[in-house]
Amino acid sequence: MPDYAVVTEKLRRSFDDLVAVDGIDLQVAAGEIYGFLGPNGAGKSTAVRMLTTLLMPTSGTAFVAGRDVIREPVEVRLRIGAALQDAALDPKQTGLELLRLQGRLYGLSGRDIDMRIGELESLIEIGDAIKRQVGTYSGGMKRRLDLAASLMHNPEVLFLDEPTTGLDPISRARVWDEVRRINRELGVTIFLTTQYLEEADALADRIGIITHGKLAIEGTPAALKRQLGSDVIVVRVDGDAQEAKRAVESIAAIEAVDVYDEEISIRVANGAGFISAVALALNESSIRVRELTLRTPTLDDVFLSVTGGRLQQEEAADEEAER
Amino acid sequence: MSATEARPEHRVVKSRRAGFIRDVISLGGRALRSIPRDPESIIPALIVPVFFFAVNVGALQDVAEAMPGLDYKAFQLPVAILFAVTGVTRANILVLDIQGGYFDRLALTPVNRFAMLLGFMVADLVLVMSLSIPVIVLGTIVGVRFETGILGIFAFLGIAGIWALAYNAFPYAVALKTGNPAAVNSSFLLFLPVTFLTTVFVPEEALTGWMSQVVKFNPVTYLLQGMRSLISDGWVASDLLAAFAAIGAVAALSVPLAMWSLMGRVRRK
Repeated sequence: MPDYAVVTEKLRRSFDDLVAVDGIDLQVAAGEIYGFLGPNGAGKSTAVRMLTTLLMPTSGTAFVAGRDVIREPVEVRLRIGAALQDAALDPKQTGLELLRLQGRLYGLSGRDIDMRIGELESLIEIGDAIKRQVGTYSGGMKRRLDLAASLMHNPEVLFLDEPTTGLDPISRARVWDEVRRINRELGVTIFLTTQYLEEADALADRIGIITHGKLAIEGTPAALKRQLGSDVIVVRVDGDAQEAKRAVESIAAIEAVDVYDEEISIRVANGAGFISAVALALNESSIRVRELTLRTPTLDDVFLSVTGGRLQQEEAADEEAER
Repeated sequence: MSATEARPEHRVVKSRRAGFIRDVISLGGRALRSIPRDPESIIPALIVPVFFFAVNVGALQDVAEAMPGLDYKAFQLPVAILFAVTGVTRANILVLDIQGGYFDRLALTPVNRFAMLLGFMVADLVLVMSLSIPVIVLGTIVGVRFETGILGIFAFLGIAGIWALAYNAFPYAVALKTGNPAAVNSSFLLFLPVTFLTTVFVPEEALTGWMSQVVKFNPVTYLLQGMRSLISDGWVASDLLAAFAAIGAVAALSVPLAMWSLMGRVRRK
């Protein structure tokens, strides 16, 4: 039996009438980077808060680092590290004080704390700023300090809840590098939530897509894309996309057509061989085509095919709903 | 010990529960470090007692000392201490921790849940003791002498300290229950009846009407009486016992309230 870092069964959490996490089964192998991908409000953070012992599941079971999240929260806490959303750090402490406090709360000796800070300093490349108050840090520096704080006690499993949300592209790339290094060099299992497809694609060994509290699909990024067929032809039209869908549907070899707004994506094994047929079919039904592109599938296409929505739009709609 | 063991980079760090005492010390240290970095929160506590002492003595000394045997400066010194320590808390830091998510960050560690509150209260105790010292020095400069001597001064400080802990559990309860900084600021309102509906200006015998009745139900009346007895009367067991009983009565309400709010906050609901 493989060694699992996170195992859940029918994990569920509701708040009054709202079901935030609706029966999720997960098996994350030790040493894996698992990407939990979904729009805002999909239930990612609720799931992480349950797995990190901050929130009790309504029903179901969860084991993290071999310990029961429900019955042995302290044992779980000793074995996990977590950087929650927005790098929640005390602005009035210096980086060094914050790391020392973190070490002391995990029962480390003064010598061990010094040693760990020495090791982590090179990982997070924060330099002399470590002696300054956290309130003076940039967003990227805060995230990296937060990462270091969550690693002080050598956790077996690291939870990162949207580690790069709100960061500029350069800071994001640095956090990505660090996540890879933590996983590769320290062998830490990483459970990462993100609303960015490219982040999941770049970092995760396996991805689970969560929408409305349910795990919609799971697999390696490559397998998820492969599942869609080898190519995607995207057509943007002026007017009725449904009509465009009807126009192309009869073409043989087309595997599926997804419609979103004024856009259809046609999944087909050999895109180059069929793009002319698609163009002809659209021309015959006198649909005005604004854009016709052929590309390999992205995770966004996977997301569209399993949820019927684009990730970024879903997010906007969810934010709208939250207001 | 072999050479490899001596090389620190080969030791594997392993986490464990630090234990209650160490958790309180760690978090208390953090709360203490926050005090000089947040001076605006303690400046009022330094000014208010001196201000009230000067104003009350300046305005009322001659009138009050018409009462036989009353040394009004000695009478006012416990009031100044009361103003120096009552409601002086780190609850404002705690509520910002809750709001900003640092409280959750700490809750992710195996830290003892009670230490998450007691650390702050230990820092408060150190803070209010420190704030009391300049007031006592001021009293000494203007000629207040303790009948009970040096030991009495320590007892005086001790009573002020445990009173502060008992009272301050209220703002902590509000902070933990609401997680709302505005609510914590509003808890200051409790300070007014507690500190003014008592023998803050004149002795109980001089009060008339409804005020003379209300003060009997305010624990601070007995607290002030106990502290005053240390200055003016020597070791009077009944006064000191009444003061401790009054503090105990307040604590019997405030501490369970704070604990209940803490448990509500850290319970995984």
